[in-house]
Amino acid sequence: MSMNMSWIHEIHKRHLSAARRTRWAVRVSQVLLLTGLMGLWEAAGRLGWIDVLLFSYPSKLLIQICNTAADGSLFPHLGITVLETVVGFILGTVFGTAIAALLWWMPFVSRVLDPFIVVLNSLPKVALGPVFIVGFGPGFISIVATTLSLTVIITTLVIYNSFREVDQNYIKVISLFGGSKAQTFRYVVLPASFPTIVSTLKVNVGLAWVGVIVGEFLVAKEGLGYLMIYGFQVFNFTLVLSSLLLIAVVATLMYQGVTYIERLLMGSDMRKP
Amino acid sequence: MDTVLELRQVTQVYVNDSRATLAVEDLSFAVKRGEFISLVGPSGCGKTTVLSMLAGLLKPTRGEVIVGGERVLSPSPRIGYMLQQDYLFPWRTILDNVLIGLELSGRKTEQSIAFTRSLLHELGLGAFEKRMPHELSGGMRQRAALVRTLAMEPDVLLLDEPFSALDMAIKLQLEDLVQATLRKRGKTAVLVTHDLAEAAAMSDRIIVLARNPGRYFSSFRIPEAMSSALPTEARRMSGFQPIFDRIWEALEISGGKEA
Repeated sequence: MSMNMSWIHEIHKRHLSAARRTRWAVRVSQVLLLTGLMGLWEAAGRLGWIDVLLFSYPSKLLIQICNTAADGSLFPHLGITVLETVVGFILGTVFGTAIAALLWWMPFVSRVLDPFIVVLNSLPKVALGPVFIVGFGPGFISIVATTLSLTVIITTLVIYNSFREVDQNYIKVISLFGGSKAQTFRYVVLPASFPTIVSTLKVNVGLAWVGVIVGEFLVAKEGLGYLMIYGFQVFNFTLVLSSLLLIAVVATLMYQGVTYIERLLMGSDMRKP
Repeated sequence: MDTVLELRQVTQVYVNDSRATLAVEDLSFAVKRGEFISLVGPSGCGKTTVLSMLAGLLKPTRGEVIVGGERVLSPSPRIGYMLQQDYLFPWRTILDNVLIGLELSGRKTEQSIAFTRSLLHELGLGAFEKRMPHELSGGMRQRAALVRTLAMEPDVLLLDEPFSALDMAIKLQLEDLVQATLRKRGKTAVLVTHDLAEAAAMSDRIIVLARNPGRYFSSFRIPEAMSSALPTEARRMSGFQPIFDRIWEALEISGGKEA
């Protein structure tokens, strides 16, 4: 038998090594693309092809980041922005799910609130920023509120939809066993919507960053968004761009973190599309 | 034998914004303890409506449904219901799925768990307790759904086309298994099906309904020799085809011409 199978094994091995070569080619190309672009930017800055005051260049950004990291002045800004974002996307998901549960529980309330939700959803939510500043004062709470205005409505809509789309026959199973409405929610509606809830968590990471940066632009006295707007005002574009670079890195890390948590939570779940 | 289940002049009206429709009109029949009856009829004859009323999911607009001497007003643990598909919860193991009725009604005890596990063993699922539903074949899943229903120890089982989604070979096996299991435990059963051969092979009695509105049309008693045999054996008996033909004829008359 092993004699007959060896050629099939050979085909599999060839397939694997081809796949490995492709993976490597992609990685090398990615590194070349990044270093190429950075090198071009660096050269353009140093050789005076672009205005260094406006566009800075990579090594200046890195020095800026290293210096502020070394003297410790960077970390309060980084910390507050990360905190605002994490609070924003977690609360956004929690509140959105809670409101969706309320709407599911009380169809009458859902019908009454429907037009209001449509209006709120159509509204460009960052426009509410000034209202929050007046209401909550300039600072942490206003920024989180701006973030929540972006995340809560859409989370509510997506999760409420998922609650309503649960197969009626699963609900019928619970009713047939004499289950109550609370049991229907706990045993069917919520677990059936769990994948949707976890995926809104991921969407909310992105939205929370928008809310936090806009909020910091408007009111903050610290945070990466504040550093950007401050750098812009004092014509320090190295500060602006180095903050942007940090935001890109931290936002990516956060997104990967949530993706990892999603994998842990959904590990044994076979409902993934 | 005593009557365990009874419909008394039951009428059901469905209401929506555009109109109110008469779905079932003045339907009466009684089922004795341990009896297996089938409801057949053309589409639109209200078979599933009747089953929903028996299960207590739907209150009759007029008339009453009696099970074990009591009026049915809401789902009761004395009545089990098997759906067209298994509808096992994909996020629960097979054991957790079959225990759900006990869990919901607060009757999950060491004894009831042991009883449910013995049912799983009896229906050949003993080795699959810890598996997830998607790891099982369609026939195994429907068997698990049967265990989920039997775990509540109902007196009456309502079967809503429970074999219609399965392959022919699996369907025949399950017909035998379900009938044997119910008979052994002395359960009363009401089967709704559009498969006349299935009805003839499994039942003691068949009730044919007419449509628009759903109402009684006629009924057939299956000879003892055939109804006491397993469905696959009954299908092979010489008397099977004539009975099938008579029911078919009744169904054609009851349904009228397709509009």
